[in-house]
Amino acid sequence: MKILVTCKRVLDPYVKARVKADGTGVNLDNVKMAMNPFDEIAIEEAIRMREAGKADEIVAVSIGAAKTEETLRTALAMGADRAVHVVTEDDIEPLGVAKVLKSLVESEQPGLVIMGKQAIDGDSNQAGQMLAALLGWAQGTNVSNVELDGDTANITREIDGGLERLALKMPCVLTSDLRLNEPRYASLPNIMKAKKKPMDKKPIDELGVDTAPRQTLVSVSEPPPRAAGVKVASVDELVDKLKNEAQVI
Amino acid sequence: MDRPEIKPKDAPDLSSFNWEDPLRLDDQLTEEERMIRDSAHAYAQEKLQTRVIDAYREERVDPEVFREMGEVGLLGSTIPEKYGGIGAGYVAYGVVAREIERVDSGYRSMMSVQSSLVMYPIYAYGSEAQREKYLPKLASGEWIGCFGLTEPDAGSDPGSMKTRAERIDGGYRLTGSKMWISNSPIADVFVVWAKSDEHGGKIRGFVLDKGMAGLSAPKIGGKLSLRASVTGEIVLDKVEVPEEALLPNVSGLKGPFGCLNRARYGIAWGVMGSAETCWHAARQYGLDRKQFGRPLANTQLFQKKLADMQTEITLGLQAALQVGRLMDCAEAAPEMISLIKRNNCGKALDIARVARDMHGGNGISEEFQVIRHMMNLETVNTYEGTHDVHALILGRAQTGLQAFF
Repeated sequence: MKILVTCKRVLDPYVKARVKADGTGVNLDNVKMAMNPFDEIAIEEAIRMREAGKADEIVAVSIGAAKTEETLRTALAMGADRAVHVVTEDDIEPLGVAKVLKSLVESEQPGLVIMGKQAIDGDSNQAGQMLAALLGWAQGTNVSNVELDGDTANITREIDGGLERLALKMPCVLTSDLRLNEPRYASLPNIMKAKKKPMDKKPIDELGVDTAPRQTLVSVSEPPPRAAGVKVASVDELVDKLKNEAQVI
Repeated sequence: MDRPEIKPKDAPDLSSFNWEDPLRLDDQLTEEERMIRDSAHAYAQEKLQTRVIDAYREERVDPEVFREMGEVGLLGSTIPEKYGGIGAGYVAYGVVAREIERVDSGYRSMMSVQSSLVMYPIYAYGSEAQREKYLPKLASGEWIGCFGLTEPDAGSDPGSMKTRAERIDGGYRLTGSKMWISNSPIADVFVVWAKSDEHGGKIRGFVLDKGMAGLSAPKIGGKLSLRASVTGEIVLDKVEVPEEALLPNVSGLKGPFGCLNRARYGIAWGVMGSAETCWHAARQYGLDRKQFGRPLANTQLFQKKLADMQTEITLGLQAALQVGRLMDCAEAAPEMISLIKRNNCGKALDIARVARDMHGGNGISEEFQVIRHMMNLETVNTYEGTHDVHALILGRAQTGLQAFF
């Protein structure tokens, strides 16, 4: 079985995001970028499936500008077999991403697609669901455990109050939750080997899908700084403040 | 109004500044070097940072660290794949040293000794049989190596060493003792330098195996520095070794110096990692700690110290990068390495001492880590050519006059 996994190049999660002065987005100039952490988990899961003999090829896909190649190279160094880089300078919205992926699924014919549940930049949590809908496939979102059994993917999702277990008919789309696994880091020998693995570059226009934005960005701003708390001398004062100042009781 | 065209380089608005990477070192690395850096960083933070405080307090070396480093591919990374390395360049080796030493100089020492002082001489001066016997197991960390040059009475002056190799039937008999040898108490492989009567009293290298009769390596206790890595002696009490133990392809002091040059180069990168940890810790402490109603970082004295740290680290890294690029095209000179080893170690030690000071009373606690780096850097500034000895190398290079003796 072939597995298609996605990986997005995002601002390094350990770097403090700063909003551009003109409010048009987050400043990404000269800041450290990294693979979306949920995508690392998705790739790790695919590698474990291959190691367990449940899959024989892992194709890593990413959409983005030239430097996205570096993120795909990391996926190859972790263990993906080959990479497809859909090249575009534009920011693609989740629907556009889902359409691009649908086109790749049609040409690659994977038995399973694994994605991060969301990218930590836009936090949309939409592309996986949209892809499943466009393909007419089953979807397992925010999965914390996956067991493949023939044509069935038995998944676990952490929901309010407990665990939800579902059996999905394959092919299907899975999106990874934080606790699905702990991704490995690429060893140095595998980094060197990754240089020789194939990377396909496809200009986004050649896929013939409409990725034009449906939304208009109005503005991006920093959250307001948290105001300092106050100490109250008595329960009466607390109740008074909750009632009259905060107006929550 | 019509504005005439202006070239980007002449535009009044300059680019943005990243305080952590002021001169954009990141952009000067190749994609491969960045990936190697990221892997080494992830390993060091996940596996080494989590054990270092206890290991240092209890003066406990964990041989498992070698296996782990071998698994990630950090040992002997510059050696060709055929022998278990990955054929990486020296800049890649440098960025790994920086990431490991960001956690602790002791862990970086363990790696440097194995890579530059044990694997490198076996690769550069050894026979094909020696390469095949030793390198793959040293690369995987299955075997631990050590390097015996310094003696109780021969430190900065290794030419005065007393260890002797005499010719015996089918090999050599080694007698002498070595001092301050990293890894020796847990070592499986000993690269030892001795004056060989058979070779006109010239210094020759020998590769010894643990368990040879007369070979022992007692631990040196009571170190108040580099406590997460073990240091010992090597005692050679008439150790008889076969002919195959001799490193055939080098003779004289250039043998050990060839290895030391590479280790010193790695140290120049490594100490910048240690200094960065101290700088970042001091900055964060200054932002968090409030006295007299404002953060310490809001004072001019504090900011001046941070600016000095940032400047020295940035320049030290640029210098290390340049020497690494020259090493990768076989253009580096030993004096360049003396310059960066001396500068970067001395500056890192200063930075660690100042960072300790900036932490006030908390600075002496293991929890804040800066005092551990400070104590470690006292060793790193001293070993592999002291700060002053490297000054003499640079002094000789520009005056033509040696002032060692």
